[in-house]
Amino acid sequence: MVTLLYFASLRETLGCSREQVALPPGSPTVSMLIDRLRDRDPKWSDAFGPGKRFRVAVNQDMADLSTPLKPGDEIAFFPPVTGG
Amino acid sequence: MTLPLGRGTSRQPITIRVQTEDFDAGRELEALTGGRRDVGAVASFIGLVRDLNDGREIRTMMLEHYPGMTEKALTGICREAHARWNILETLVIHRVGALAPGDRIVLVGVSGGHRGEAFQACEFIMDYLKTRAPFWKKESTPQGEKWVDARDSDDAAAGRWKG
Repeated sequence: MVTLLYFASLRETLGCSREQVALPPGSPTVSMLIDRLRDRDPKWSDAFGPGKRFRVAVNQDMADLSTPLKPGDEIAFFPPVTGG
Repeated sequence: MTLPLGRGTSRQPITIRVQTEDFDAGRELEALTGGRRDVGAVASFIGLVRDLNDGREIRTMMLEHYPGMTEKALTGICREAHARWNILETLVIHRVGALAPGDRIVLVGVSGGHRGEAFQACEFIMDYLKTRAPFWKKESTPQGEKWVDARDSDDAAAGRWKG
């Protein structure tokens, strides 16, 4: 299992701030996890669909679609940042 | 979050605070240099909430962050500044929660021996904070609430420090 976190507009769009999910089998990556989430629910399919801008962090470090995942990871999805 | 400076001194080279409360910039900058005799320059930046954003009247600005990662990202940005420039100490205080026009949002302070490196490091920290530290702003206007979009100009500003 891994923990997924959603922040800001993405959290509001999905109506979810935190969930636990099983990793895809094999050698899972962020991209494979997103494919599985999109297959699961139309809201996720839309939020992570073509042209949508989002960022991903794995264990609190910025990551990308090819970043490998392992059980216990904390994976966060959020829109481009706007602090300062 | 503070990190040890090492070599037998108790001073911390990097200070990071994410907080809801306001800060006293004068006092914070004084603490940055207090007790040191090797500081020749302090560069600082203060960001505030504007009353207008792209023509919209701002009533309140809600700032959200990712507890844990935000502090980690800010520490990493300051570490990179220390690696790039010969500076002494860095300070970042960033507020979260509900803010109003005129409120302070962020303070960056950099102390060093000379002004050139302190100025550059301060600008670098701010440019990287804008594009890499997980904070998000949601503005409340008479027309309703809206998440603030990231600006391409911020990516361009951060991009000039590459290479």
